[in-house]
Amino acid sequence: MKIIEAIIKPFKLDEVKNALSEVGIEGITVTEVKGFGRQKGHTELYRGAEYVVDFIPKVKLEIVVADELVAKVIETIAESAKTGRIGDGKIFVLPLEEALRIRTGEKGNDAI
Amino acid sequence: MKIKLSLIKLLMAVTIVMVPMAVLAEEPAKGTESVAAETKLAPAPSASAAAPEAAASAAAAPVEAATPKPVDPVLNTGDTAWILTSAALVLFMIPGLAFFYGGMVRSKNVLSTLMHSFVAMGIVGVQWAVIGYSLSFGPDAFMGLIGNTSKALLNGLITFKDGNPVYTLFQNVATEPGAIPEYVFAMFQCMFAMITVALISGALAERIKFSAYCLFVLLWTTLVYDPLAHWVWMVDGWLFKKGALDFAGGTVVHLSSGISALAAIMFLGKRHGFPQERMAPHNLPLTMLGVGMLWFGWYGFNAGSAIVGVNCSDAAGGLAGLAFATTTIAPAAAGLSWMIAEWIHAGKPSALGFGSGVVAGLVVITPAAGFVQPGAALIFGLVAGVVCYGGVLLKARMKYDDSLDAFGVHGIGGTTGAILTGVFATVGATGLMSGNFKQFVTQIIAVVAAGAYAFIVTLVIAFVLDKTIGLRVEKDDEIVGLDQTQHSESAYN
Repeated sequence: MKIIEAIIKPFKLDEVKNALSEVGIEGITVTEVKGFGRQKGHTELYRGAEYVVDFIPKVKLEIVVADELVAKVIETIAESAKTGRIGDGKIFVLPLEEALRIRTGEKGNDAI
Repeated sequence: MKIKLSLIKLLMAVTIVMVPMAVLAEEPAKGTESVAAETKLAPAPSASAAAPEAAASAAAAPVEAATPKPVDPVLNTGDTAWILTSAALVLFMIPGLAFFYGGMVRSKNVLSTLMHSFVAMGIVGVQWAVIGYSLSFGPDAFMGLIGNTSKALLNGLITFKDGNPVYTLFQNVATEPGAIPEYVFAMFQCMFAMITVALISGALAERIKFSAYCLFVLLWTTLVYDPLAHWVWMVDGWLFKKGALDFAGGTVVHLSSGISALAAIMFLGKRHGFPQERMAPHNLPLTMLGVGMLWFGWYGFNAGSAIVGVNCSDAAGGLAGLAFATTTIAPAAAGLSWMIAEWIHAGKPSALGFGSGVVAGLVVITPAAGFVQPGAALIFGLVAGVVCYGGVLLKARMKYDDSLDAFGVHGIGGTTGAILTGVFATVGATGLMSGNFKQFVTQIIAVVAAGAYAFIVTLVIAFVLDKTIGLRVEKDDEIVGLDQTQHSESAYN
């Protein structure tokens, strides 16, 4: 089992979610986050007062998948979240020790 | 600095429009030479307080217009209906102002900022009935500086004859019968007093202690607004007698509140973290809603002020129509000119910029609404947007913390409007463009006198409050936010 964290542009969320459903993913956790990378921030101007906005809003997805699905999911996210412009985001893959479905007590791949 | 700025704009405007305005100026002069009885509050007998000023310019005034006899006031129900409506419209500007300001502060201070406007409705509503109306519009107590207390608690506005109520009438022009109940006039004026002090709160937002603000509202309205209203609008006020023109409150409302804002922040100081910390508006849609409400209500403010128009006994007539038209044209042009100035100067046309431009245009046309024609209103608007945009940039340059630009918009806009009125007036009075240099000088005197008085008295009020109960909240409270520390509430849950 792996946990895949993907940080993407917020307006790409629906596209990514639909693409993931098509490859058989049945659950995603979504968090609204802020951060900066190479895209850097932008400036806002209110009546002459200039503010630099360092942290840009992004969406973070967390998807738990069985090992054999990892490559497919990464590819799907990378394709559907891509605009080709700076700030498209990143995908991280982490090992996962255990999973448990609270309602039934199922464990491991059955709980995903 | 600001005077320099507005003078440059003024010169620009004058040169650009020299030709068409000269034509505009000639036309009405034929019809309305009798620039005589400017009568604000004229209890029937005092008709002869009339034409001191106008005679100077209109030397060729026809003899037959000399001294018509005063007549008894007769209730005009149409006028009464319009002023009742106008008063309600002006009241509606106050929540408009609350939203306008409320959207521009950080989310932790929005309720406190709304309360600054709303509590002014409470405090001034009571103050006006108890003493304010009498100090402003009561018979003169001393040298044209302030009214006496004979109308305290709105005394005398209703009397009883054989057990039946008789309502005192307010007659604008003593020689014509048209009149409205004085209750209606008093309440119309009450709304002006409420909103004026609330305008100052824009400079005090996000750091003033609520208790200090409440006292400030009471003291400022009593010691600054009431005398100024008496000076400028009451028949025996000294600036009124000098012939100073202020149709709906450029000097009394906007100039005075804007300058006072500047005085108050000298003791209040900057917000913690200004200007390094991010203090961006938390809800601009709220601000834009406020702009719309202000513009809507401003029709009552300006077109309603025809009730005290020069030589006009109709509150709901042609003069109101003219004021309505200029109140449409000037803010429209000002919104555009601010937007375009910002577009060129900063790269993008912002929503806040357009909204601020509209308010600036409304401020600038206020003293002139019923004195100028549409062509001049257009110039007022174009100048307003650019000058007030410069005014708010001044803040960023000079690092004083007028949080929501009460001075940048109302102080600078009010001054610009009052002076431009002395340039472009053609209806019921004449200005520089029609060769009346004296009027221009009178306007400058009114601006300087009202500005200096408001500034000095506000300094004293702020100083006394600061030394006694303290103007500011504690630093920790300021960081947490005024909503929680002053009101134990939060706006968004």
